[in-house]
Amino acid sequence: MSDIDSARRGFLKTTLGAAAIAIAPGLLLFEAAHGKSGPASSKVRWGMLIDTSRCKTGCNDCVAACNKENGLSGGTGATDSQWIRKIEIKDIGSGRELSLPMMCQHCEHPPCVEVCPTTASFKRADGIVLVDKHRCIGCRYCMMACPYKARSFVHEPLHDQNPDVPRGKGTVESCTFCVHRVDQGMQPACAEACPNQAILFGDLNDANSEIARKVRSVASVQLRADLRLNPGIRYQGL
Amino acid sequence: MSIQPAVQFFDQSRARFRNRLFHALLAAGGLVVLAGLYAVYLMEHHGHIITGMNNQIVWGIPHVFAIFLIVAASGVLNVASIGSVFGKAAYKARAPLAGLLSIAMLAGGLTVLMLDLGRPDRIIVAATNYNITSVFAWNVLLYSGMFALVFVYLWTMMERRMNPLSQAAGFAVFAWRFILTTGTGLIFAFLVARQAYASAVLPPLFIVISFAWGMAVFLIAQAIIYAWNGKALAPEIMQRMKNLLGVFVMGTLYLVAAYHLTNLYFAHQSGFERFILVEGGIYPQLFWWGYVLLGNILPLLLIYLPGQGKTKSVIAASLLVIFGGFALLYVFIIGGQAYPLNIFPGYQVSSSFGDGQVAAYHPSLYEFLLGFGGLGIAFLIAAVSARALDFMPHDQPHSAD
Repeated sequence: MSDIDSARRGFLKTTLGAAAIAIAPGLLLFEAAHGKSGPASSKVRWGMLIDTSRCKTGCNDCVAACNKENGLSGGTGATDSQWIRKIEIKDIGSGRELSLPMMCQHCEHPPCVEVCPTTASFKRADGIVLVDKHRCIGCRYCMMACPYKARSFVHEPLHDQNPDVPRGKGTVESCTFCVHRVDQGMQPACAEACPNQAILFGDLNDANSEIARKVRSVASVQLRADLRLNPGIRYQGL
Repeated sequence: MSIQPAVQFFDQSRARFRNRLFHALLAAGGLVVLAGLYAVYLMEHHGHIITGMNNQIVWGIPHVFAIFLIVAASGVLNVASIGSVFGKAAYKARAPLAGLLSIAMLAGGLTVLMLDLGRPDRIIVAATNYNITSVFAWNVLLYSGMFALVFVYLWTMMERRMNPLSQAAGFAVFAWRFILTTGTGLIFAFLVARQAYASAVLPPLFIVISFAWGMAVFLIAQAIIYAWNGKALAPEIMQRMKNLLGVFVMGTLYLVAAYHLTNLYFAHQSGFERFILVEGGIYPQLFWWGYVLLGNILPLLLIYLPGQGKTKSVIAASLLVIFGGFALLYVFIIGGQAYPLNIFPGYQVSSSFGDGQVAAYHPSLYEFLLGFGGLGIAFLIAAVSARALDFMPHDQPHSAD
């Protein structure tokens, strides 16, 4: 090998090494910032078990936590977004009263996804139902189709959004199960904030998870089970 | 010698007056469209907060206008179909006018539907990201296909060399509009979550109401075009067409009754029916007074009562049928959303999001401007085309049928 060739080889090695050292931290930081730990897995089915006997009337901690986490105003006017709401119900026959949180039920067969003309409403492999804010044209057909009235339409321009939770005027939105937190191994904000541990979040497909064991051992129901949408959220004590 | 110049002068001044009147009408239509576009601009700028729509009533007045126009656009082609498919000469002569009205109303209705979107600037996404399971997405194809087919149909009728193909095109349009109106009905029929909508009766109901509304629009447009050209419609043709309108009106009444009666038959729907027919405030009022009485009974009397059935009473009947159509759609679309979803059967329900409550809706001026803008677009297309091309029906002296 000539001196020139070895010098050229040395130069290329040094350059590539320097480039790698310069770029690698940036790439790592980029990955860390986006919290990407690989694509969602179909082996996982995220879900919730809500114990209505623990949920207290008048307590709105889950709603407040959701609003704070997702940058919602917290307003309860007819045009304000409410991703989670507390519902007070009273059995007409017995007079028994209950309080429970209500949000997107993350159905296995979501009507919102079925009716969306642009595929903006979609279900991730792990069962989380989301809206792609870049594809949503704001037709509101999903809101007509949802049996749980879980979706809101953004009626006004938005300011000071949470960078992890993109929203947009003229598009439809709903509970994301705090997907940005779940992808980082955290709990949804509502589940974490509940002072009575009424909301149990976890992987329904993992037989050893706490939620799967509890769903096996206690009686729980899905709302509007007659529609056979197989929601990911179940209610205990209803 | 002295009479001839006087007649010429009279004809010229009459033509000048009609010309001015035409331009004034166009200007008025244009202003209505501009007002609609201004409303769209404001809705775009401020968001839907300036409308009366909200998270409970997500479809409002613009949808009432849009769906009326789209359904009537399909139904007006009935006149053409009776000519092309069933070979009736009196109707065949009217097929070009029917085709024009169909295109005009389809354009107006779709414009309203599109401009009411939260993000109308993204309409192209509806073409680039197509969801095969969405009835809305099917309708994107059905509506654009309808435009194309009706254009081809008009071409085969109005271009002499294409005439041999007009019957085939007429058949295609006949089939397509049935599927299209079925698709419009399915938008609601597939909404299993809402008590007002999940019904197999809706697609046939939409088809029959399209016949009545389309016929009513046609009779009015026909009266205008005859009056404009200073011609009189043969009484026997008027007689046939008004009788057909009467049959269609009775058909819609029958299917609307069937829809409510089947709902009443299902025990869990009786609460909704009580709301929409008796206790729901404006909705039962509009249904019984607006749709049943003014939109059906009165037109039927105007058509069939002895001594009635002349041009003026048929025009009045047609206008009432159109008014009844708007009343029915208001009750169906907005009343259907106002009634609360039944998420917890057997429970009393309340929340900060209107659960268990009848939703309130107060339509804003901007919604009406957008809706009337759609009517304005339909008017402009129809008026300009009828002026530029020959859409005047040409009846043969002795029709065989």
